[in-house]
Amino acid sequence: MNNKTLFISVAALIGIIFIGATAVYKSQQTTSVASESLPALERIGAPVKGGNQAKVTIVEFFDPACGTCRQFYPLLNNLIKKYQGKVNVVMRYAPLHQGSEDVVKMLEAAHLQGQFWPAVELLFANQQRWVEHHVSNPTHALAGIKTLPLDQAQLDKDWQSNKVATIIAQDIQDGKTLKVRATPQFFVNGKPLIIFGYDELVKLVEEAIAEAY
Amino acid sequence: MHSTEKPLSDNRKSWLLLFFIWVLATSGTAISLFFSEIVQLPVCVLCWYQRIALYPLVLMLPLGLFPFDINAVRYITPLVIFGWLAALFHVLVVAGFIPESAQPCVQGVPCSEIHFTLLGFLNIPMMSLLTFTIIGLLIVMAKKSFIRKST
Repeated sequence: MNNKTLFISVAALIGIIFIGATAVYKSQQTTSVASESLPALERIGAPVKGGNQAKVTIVEFFDPACGTCRQFYPLLNNLIKKYQGKVNVVMRYAPLHQGSEDVVKMLEAAHLQGQFWPAVELLFANQQRWVEHHVSNPTHALAGIKTLPLDQAQLDKDWQSNKVATIIAQDIQDGKTLKVRATPQFFVNGKPLIIFGYDELVKLVEEAIAEAY
Repeated sequence: MHSTEKPLSDNRKSWLLLFFIWVLATSGTAISLFFSEIVQLPVCVLCWYQRIALYPLVLMLPLGLFPFDINAVRYITPLVIFGWLAALFHVLVVAGFIPESAQPCVQGVPCSEIHFTLLGFLNIPMMSLLTFTIIGLLIVMAKKSFIRKST
């Protein structure tokens, strides 16, 4: 075999292996969460908003310090508004940033007083004030949350309580079970958003609505 | 000068060595693209530095193969050294010998994270280090086996 033929055949072989491996991988790609992992999507008492009787549930694993989560927040509100009553959003904590674990505890403490959504909105809106170089500053975050109309002494007590720590630990554990490596990670009726993007999320939600209604 | 050099057939061994470097670089490129684009594993910044060193070899080496020009090793050596150093650094970060100072952002990925391991030790940075090492050895061999007839 001369050099040129050798080169071309090997190049073609590598190309074919690549295409073959891609095809095999794509065909094995699961579009839904394994049934044994499904319970990990839910935690009773997790913050939820949207239609009470909604048949489509978006579960978002989020970190309040995550910039992309901040950008997706209004988009989720749009989805809830657009499909009034048909869609709800459940928030699960995935404190991947340094320092975020305390911040999500504070959010959960605010949730105990019914102030989760105002608190998360406030944290997103002022992210640059309490997140520096991707490291959360819990003291600054707490000061922000305390501007909300809530029982401050109770908040201080709650966020450091075992009860809240257990809830956060549960979310972290569930995130691991569901292989949440980055935030935000979305699941729509048990199907993970595989290709990340807003249009992709809308498509997944629309498919779930078409299936459920 | 041309007439004083040995005909191509005599240097088939060094041609084959150079060709094998190209096969390694191209396979490595295909594998890394497979994991990032198809499997969609996140690519950390150190992986990018290694890619910068690896990907050009795929396009540069054929120029040294057709027609055969041993000087091609001169041009790829700096890239291979750079890639090797980046891979070594990455392996040390993964092993925990070098602390990772800043935790990157959401879109970014900590380089110390490992997504994939073969045979218990062969993670992607390790494969990269191994590839650059073998390429380095092949460069030395290709250069040594090349017979340049001097006048």
